[in-house]
Amino acid sequence: MDFELTDSQKEIVEGVRALCGRFPDEYWRGKDQRKEFPNEFYQAVAEAGYLGIAIPEEYGGSGLGITEGALVMKEVAYAGAMNAASSIHLGIFGLAPLIRHGSEEIKRRYLPRVISGQMHVSFAVTEPDAGNDITHIKTFARREGDYYIINGRKVFTTKAQEAHKMLLLTRTTPVEQVKKKTDGMTLFFADVDRNAIEVRELLKLGRHAVDTNMLFIDNLKVSAADLVGEEGRGFHTLLDGLNPERILIAAEAVGIGRSVVDRAVRYAKERIVFGRPIGQNQAIAHPLADAYAKLEVAELMMMKAAWLFDHNKPCGPEANIAKLRAAEAGFEACDRAVQTLGGYGYMQEYDVERFFRECRMLKIAPVSQEMVLNTISEHVLKLPRSY
Amino acid sequence: MKILVPVKRVPDPATTIRVLPDGSGIATDNVKWVINPFDEIAIEEALRIKEKQGSGEVVLISVGQTAWQEQLRTGLAMGADRAILVKADTPLDTLAIARAIAKVASDEKPELIIIGKQAIDDDSNQIGQMLAEMLGWPQATFASKVELAGEKCTVVREVDGGLETVAFPMPAVITTDLRLNEPRYASLPGIMKARKKPLNEIAVDSLGVDLAPKLKIKTLNAPEKRQAGRKVASVEELVQVLHTEAKVI
Repeated sequence: MDFELTDSQKEIVEGVRALCGRFPDEYWRGKDQRKEFPNEFYQAVAEAGYLGIAIPEEYGGSGLGITEGALVMKEVAYAGAMNAASSIHLGIFGLAPLIRHGSEEIKRRYLPRVISGQMHVSFAVTEPDAGNDITHIKTFARREGDYYIINGRKVFTTKAQEAHKMLLLTRTTPVEQVKKKTDGMTLFFADVDRNAIEVRELLKLGRHAVDTNMLFIDNLKVSAADLVGEEGRGFHTLLDGLNPERILIAAEAVGIGRSVVDRAVRYAKERIVFGRPIGQNQAIAHPLADAYAKLEVAELMMMKAAWLFDHNKPCGPEANIAKLRAAEAGFEACDRAVQTLGGYGYMQEYDVERFFRECRMLKIAPVSQEMVLNTISEHVLKLPRSY
Repeated sequence: MKILVPVKRVPDPATTIRVLPDGSGIATDNVKWVINPFDEIAIEEALRIKEKQGSGEVVLISVGQTAWQEQLRTGLAMGADRAILVKADTPLDTLAIARAIAKVASDEKPELIIIGKQAIDDDSNQIGQMLAEMLGWPQATFASKVELAGEKCTVVREVDGGLETVAFPMPAVITTDLRLNEPRYASLPGIMKARKKPLNEIAVDSLGVDLAPKLKIKTLNAPEKRQAGRKVASVEELVQVLHTEAKVI
């Protein structure tokens, strides 16, 4: 067993750190306060080639694995939490279904533009009445000649304000008419055509720099050429993106956790109360040591899942467990960092509250902790399904 | 145009430096090593010249141990074309390093050597000047602007009280000041390509130059701990204290 990163991986980590170093806390604090998309950061990441990290070289990417993607996202989240991570996250993992199942034409036409940063992409899957029970989506695509006409609603669509294209999951056969609930769904790489789609931004707890939206889709016309994979197989096509997403989310949670632990440790060494640094008190030190230990464990699990994925081995349970543990460890670290900084921890100027708000999301998205436990119960422990 | 950029490996400026108890050096455990920031500016300038001219070669050179490859790889990832590591198993003094670089330069025949004005670890500020002397080339130190036109080079230097513009023929040596440019960071494709770029090693003994040390570091001391400031009650008292205690007015 080899736990050492390769030289290239170490260099990638250094490279991302150097890039992120140009975007200090004030940048992210300002973007969050002004609810402004971090265009400068996004462009810098695109120019440095990181958006293409997991895209094959023949389409202009670097053809690296999810391990490298995770290392990048960990550093990005360390620097700018989810405002930074979510601005680029989708470009890095989300196109896996397109890369594996998209037509040559779609790939040639769009991937280079995603890599260069010219084209933002959204993921339109979840619906107001279908979240974890994704087979119950109602958005419907009706075939008309060479086109599909799509109607429906989507919710929690990240970056739809910026997006030019979206991976859109629809039903092409109603759930009542299929033998298996997972059949009859179709995935499109559709234009976010504002004439047919109303994009309404939702207000949320944190990550204010990157928008989350509700989409009202009204007779959206999509060319049959923009269908990804086979008609009726959309659910299965989408599945290819889910494990990498969990792995990257785990990496982001670990990055956030490590960042706030470092911040809290710095503060605990400098802050003098009753004539000594507060970090000398075990009531301050132990929770930080404990948070650190939990992050180490979560990161190990995350790296194992990434290794399995990159070696084309099944990694469902591992990716889910990594997400479960990392989201928990990351958020706990945030909570303890806020507590360590006391009153200052609650103030925006000290940044840990921003990490706290943004990290909370990772216990819900892209899949709730509870659904992860359901997956482990059912698919690993083979317990009877509860729902 | 071929440009040679000497690169030194130094502790990261953000690292807390600890002097060894016997004063023989610094503790190197947990030290993160980087390219000397002034040399990074030199690499950037060389790359910009190459990009502007549309052709040319940027060659990095280090005189150091095997581990210095890491910094050379970083420079290659920024965009340099190839690197030379002159391998010395033990650290050499400034003059010996300058002699080694000058020897390689006389074989490589670059039109320019661009180098940081000093390394942030020992702050010697000598190699550039020594190279110019050894090679018999013009030198422009503390450059804040570099312009090339044909065989001629014009450099704006940062000097006390203002700027000085010098013009000289090439080949020449330029040392970089802080405000010359903002170095790029390596791109991901740059990092991947750097693995395949040539990094040649030459044993320093094979160069046939005098490596005998002329400089001996007797001892290193950590700076004294800063004392806390104190508040004075009035301007009168401040003037009084500056006069009688600090003796600065």
